[in-house]
Amino acid sequence: MSGTGNREAVFPTRQSLGLMKAKLKGAETGHSLLKRKSEALTKRFREITRRIDEAKRKMGRVMQIAAFSLAEVTYASGGSISYQVQESVRSARFRIRSKQENVSGVQLPAFESYLTEENNDFGLTGLGRGGQQVQKCRDVYGKAVETLVELASLQTAFVILDDVIKIVNRRVNAIEHVIIPRTENTIKYINSELDELDREEFYRLKKVKNNKKKAMDEAEAEMAARKQKEQVTISGKAEDEPGDLLADDEDKDVIF
Amino acid sequence: MASLSSYKERNFLAVIGDEDTVTGLLLAGIGHVTTGANATRNFLIVDPKTETEKIEKSFDELTSRKDIGILLINQHVAEKIRYKIDTYTAAFPAVLEIPSKDHPYDPEKDSVLKRVRRLFGE
Repeated sequence: MSGTGNREAVFPTRQSLGLMKAKLKGAETGHSLLKRKSEALTKRFREITRRIDEAKRKMGRVMQIAAFSLAEVTYASGGSISYQVQESVRSARFRIRSKQENVSGVQLPAFESYLTEENNDFGLTGLGRGGQQVQKCRDVYGKAVETLVELASLQTAFVILDDVIKIVNRRVNAIEHVIIPRTENTIKYINSELDELDREEFYRLKKVKNNKKKAMDEAEAEMAARKQKEQVTISGKAEDEPGDLLADDEDKDVIF
Repeated sequence: MASLSSYKERNFLAVIGDEDTVTGLLLAGIGHVTTGANATRNFLIVDPKTETEKIEKSFDELTSRKDIGILLINQHVAEKIRYKIDTYTAAFPAVLEIPSKDHPYDPEKDSVLKRVRRLFGE
């Protein structure tokens, strides 16, 4: 029986039937909307994963070139400059900024790189020898870092989208497999209860009508019986009519 | 998501890697050293003698800093603390594995690409 299954605790009234019907409609609308959202996000997600794949390969190449240019610097300046570089670091010249992009209601951050021009920590690096190579190396690494920043934004978007898609899919499934069947079940239950009440009511009316009919029949029968009886008494009375004054019967003498 | 609210202040990159990688990235200008009592640097140079513990500590420190948006880490260094990177799922800072001069890039080992593959059932 439908009423015994998984359903909400409501009284089977017409009002709650209306409520449940509205709820079911809302759930169905929500389900289709969320499904569309999930599809849009998944589409975006696939695009991002494809771009990540490409960017990772590009990064491999770029970093190789960068490493090579660093080797050139080492060769030109006749020794490792790493110590000098590490010690002269003060403040970041290459910085990033985040901005947001909206994909079907999900805020995806994207990094954007920019250079602050005012400070230059490595003005003296390679002053003696290999200054040109150092400059070239800086440019190459700058480009490489830009690629890395791009890749990082893709990756962040990937992580966030992954989370969001999971949540959306969970909601879609919850609506599809829990809320909608439950509401439908409740509607079925309310309908069956209301039908039951209807049948009861009908039966009751029928019974009342029967009773009334019976009572009426009885009353009628009684009436008929009484009428007949009256008829009989009337005809009985008609036989002993008032006496004829001029009849033969003598009146008894009245003695005073 | 709590991390979304604080992404605006993340202005810097950080790097954990071998000497050459770090030097190159510093030349590009990502290095940032704060002066004062608790001076911090946003880079760590790993050589073969560096202990894994130190890398882990540095990784935790850099990922918990609020001003770092991207953490670059050499793939061969990432291998040493692979379990930490695989379990790191936060969006900020983004952890990015980069190749180094001596260790060419291997997409099979990358934790993000592994996730990509798993998601598409390859």
